Amino acid sequence: MKLASCAKAAVLPLLVGACQYQRYQSDFGRAGVEDRDFLTLFWIFLGVCAFMYVLVIAFLLAGIARRNRALEANIVESGRHHESHPLMRSGLIGWGALIGVGLIGLTIASFFADRSMAEAARNDKLSVTITGNQWWWDIVYNSADASKTLRTANELHLPVGVPTHIILHSGDVIHSFWVPSLAGKQDLIPGRENGITVVPKVTGMFRGQCAEFCGTQHAHMSLVVVVESYPDFLNWWHHQLQPAPVPRTPLAMAGYKYVVSGPCSACHNIGGTPASGQIAPDLTHLASRRSLAAGTLPMSTGNLYGWVEDPQSLKPGVKMPTIGLEPDQLHAVVAYLETLK
Amino acid sequence: MTDVRADTFDAMPARERERIRVEEENRRFAQERKKIARDGPKLRGEKLAARLDLTWRRPPGIIGWLATVDHKEIGRRYILTALAFLALGGVLALAMRLQLAKPDSALIGADRYNQLFTMHGSTMMFLFAVPVMEGVAVYIIPLMLGTRSTAFPRLNAFSYFMYLFGGLMLWIAFVLNVGPDMGWFAYTPLSGPEFSPGKRADVWAQMITFTEVSALAAAVVLVCTILKARAPGMTLARMPLFAWAMLVQAAMIIFAMPAVALCSSMLISDRTLGTNFYNAAEHGDALLWQHLFWFFGHPEVYIIFIPATGFVSEITATFCRRPVFAHAVVVLALISTGILAFGLWVHHMFATGLPRVGYSFFTAASMSVSIPTGLQIFCWLATIWDGRPRFQVPMLYVVGFIVTFVIGGLTGVMVAAVPLDLQLHDTYFVVAHFHYVLIGGAVFPLLGILTFWYPKITGRMMDETLGKIGFWMLFLGFQLAFFPMHWSGMLGMPRRVYTYPAGLGLEIPNMLSTVGAFVVALAVVLFVVNGVMSLYRGVIAGPNPWGATTLEWLTSSPPPVYNFAHIPVVESETPLWDAPEGEFPVVTGLRVDQKEMLLTTVVAAAPDTREPVPEPSLWPFISACAVGVVSLTSIFSAWAVAVGVIPCFIALTAWFWPKELKRNPEPVIT
Repeated sequence: MKLASCAKAAVLPLLVGACQYQRYQSDFGRAGVEDRDFLTLFWIFLGVCAFMYVLVIAFLLAGIARRNRALEANIVESGRHHESHPLMRSGLIGWGALIGVGLIGLTIASFFADRSMAEAARNDKLSVTITGNQWWWDIVYNSADASKTLRTANELHLPVGVPTHIILHSGDVIHSFWVPSLAGKQDLIPGRENGITVVPKVTGMFRGQCAEFCGTQHAHMSLVVVVESYPDFLNWWHHQLQPAPVPRTPLAMAGYKYVVSGPCSACHNIGGTPASGQIAPDLTHLASRRSLAAGTLPMSTGNLYGWVEDPQSLKPGVKMPTIGLEPDQLHAVVAYLETLK
Repeated sequence: MTDVRADTFDAMPARERERIRVEEENRRFAQERKKIARDGPKLRGEKLAARLDLTWRRPPGIIGWLATVDHKEIGRRYILTALAFLALGGVLALAMRLQLAKPDSALIGADRYNQLFTMHGSTMMFLFAVPVMEGVAVYIIPLMLGTRSTAFPRLNAFSYFMYLFGGLMLWIAFVLNVGPDMGWFAYTPLSGPEFSPGKRADVWAQMITFTEVSALAAAVVLVCTILKARAPGMTLARMPLFAWAMLVQAAMIIFAMPAVALCSSMLISDRTLGTNFYNAAEHGDALLWQHLFWFFGHPEVYIIFIPATGFVSEITATFCRRPVFAHAVVVLALISTGILAFGLWVHHMFATGLPRVGYSFFTAASMSVSIPTGLQIFCWLATIWDGRPRFQVPMLYVVGFIVTFVIGGLTGVMVAAVPLDLQLHDTYFVVAHFHYVLIGGAVFPLLGILTFWYPKITGRMMDETLGKIGFWMLFLGFQLAFFPMHWSGMLGMPRRVYTYPAGLGLEIPNMLSTVGAFVVALAVVLFVVNGVMSLYRGVIAGPNPWGATTLEWLTSSPPPVYNFAHIPVVESETPLWDAPEGEFPVVTGLRVDQKEMLLTTVVAAAPDTREPVPEPSLWPFISACAVGVVSLTSIFSAWAVAVGVIPCFIALTAWFWPKELKRNPEPVIT
């Protein structure tokens, strides 16, 4: 009795904890149509599987409970080991039929869930192209009007309720785009074009993460997804289309000069400046993002210092080299990057 | 031709000459027959044992050790080597669990961690799970079938050395920091020349070469042994379920391994010769790897699981005191699992964007594979229900198997559905799923069967109390380690990450998993301690300590080098239980002055022919060395293949050099 109450005391908080999951990065997030369909189907499967499991365990326990019967069992000692209980044969047929029916039911349920997801994904209104790179996400908002095509990185903004088609490419190895609170995953494969449509249902911040092992820093290839109202989204888009602001303070100006003439500009692009490298994340509005280095660090002055000074110690193996800036250069560069709102 | 003058002989018509030659030969054979000793009523008991021992014993010393073709010795080495790799793979798992115990841990760096999980997966799949099943089979199958040797015993020896060299190469490379780091399924292009510079991926690909050659060789040995070397009367319908399981498994290896041989050779070629099979930029295809790899990789899981079902069947029958219910259904289930396993590979690729109609087919196929497995589960449960189970350690492992494996099977049904898999794929949910299937489904039965056959192999029993403590620790530790992984996967933890951020709710499940992993490790240590101690202190077992029914329990424990003094005759599905009091029926007439085994017909197991068994030879070892050196050096230069063909050719030629065969003087006497 005491043991049972102890077990309750230990298990209950765990169960409660498991039910009050965070929705930031979780299959239980229920933030998108696909994830909601997933959860419905998951509970159906779990119910059927649990039922079958209970049957198996009950049969096993019944067998164990019968073990002390006298010699009436069909065993060697009673000389009847070649006989079987008459119920067993029909039991086997029934069990086979039950499995068959269960599986057909589950297959049909799975088929309908698949259709429902495909249905929700129709009539997409917005097109985004995401290219996976070791170990960051390149994001392009497509528009028929070239001046409205927007390039950013590692932070995806989506309007709530609007089906968004995301075209998936890879720049190097295979990655997988996965924002569990919104939808299932889809691979980014070099030489192929994949796509996924997501329909966010609630506003908020979510975290996605690469789900296919893609090399040293696979663990730090995440992205922030911001789901916001349609007007907020349009404001964001409009703001992001602006070129980078001109630095005002002398320190930021010094940083600007270093960034556009130094090694940074060989890889990074900053809209409206001579820095136009294309192989690393776009920095035009870096300081407006919520994280640094594909979700490795939250955006803050301190983290910017740390990252610019020595990216290799914070994300070992990352393609950005540790340049070895002088302290005054570092101050200037960080001051400039902080102006990129 | 002594009594016919040469010139007259030449002048005779051809038919006449032939007649004289045959007469001549028959006379010679008749003389020889007087010298040839055979087992039978006149040669039996201790005298026979002494003569057989003299004939079958290998030369002593290191040369004899390397040259042995005794399946028991090779099987023992296989099992011990595989268990050593299990321990090494387990240590890697503990290191990973330490790193993942807390979020943002800096214990092990990204690069080292990636090597750890790649080595863990590769070691467990290629160097532990498949070889240990083959090792157990190589040891037990000839005994269970009532024969004196495997087919092709030298190929068997070759297979072991290839396996050993492959394992050593991988682990020495790991110690030298050249361990592979791109995951055990080595997806291209990550494993290709552009994204895996250095030698790490080459080491992995060549390890695959070693293990696939080894597994194929062992599979051929097992298939031929099972089909042709069964005791007279052991028809296919009476064949023990473990032998059936191994027959299906070995056939699966023969069909599955060529796919991985092909794809790993193409990878090596991409890496060293500059071909572009997987390079999308040059019109290769990155997905081609996944198709070929999983065409092997999915059957691989069943290659590990099917022998384990054989273990479960043998243990269940013995400890429930009756044969497994519906023998024919279990056999058909094994065969259909073996066939269906080849139609499921795309369920590893549901997120790759292949056509959805195709996915529906693979969903249905993946679900349908649970039908034969479900029927087998029913048959075991019915056996327990209808029999009188005794819960000694091996049977406890069977119960642990059912309780654990069924969970893994049911989560397998979940991930077979595309909409579920798209969320669960490549997360810790899948890690939990396949550990439930592989540890619950294969390692539990393996430890059960090692306890079961330990007295046969060593002559002593393992300690029952230690065994029970070990079982409960393993069972509970396993659930503690792996059940929370379902949960961490659902909370969004992808697999193969060396760390995870705090605040995602992953702290508790990961800490539980780490604690559980250490309990599992302790249980394994306890099993090993028990195994070593019982070697010296265990109770002397006698030929049949468990009261089992298959033929391996007919001979002494440990078995003599020639297995059986007389070849037993089988008259039912449960030979030892149905044997009349007194002498077990046997056939006699095999030579004792030379190594010889009896071959029988494939279906009815009627005596067919007597087959000479090869003497010990160093050439399999030398051939394995030659092939090994070629594989190893080809990592550094493709020219090694061209040059290395020469020693391989010499070694294989010497191995297969035709020997003067003595004609069999008479048909077999039954």
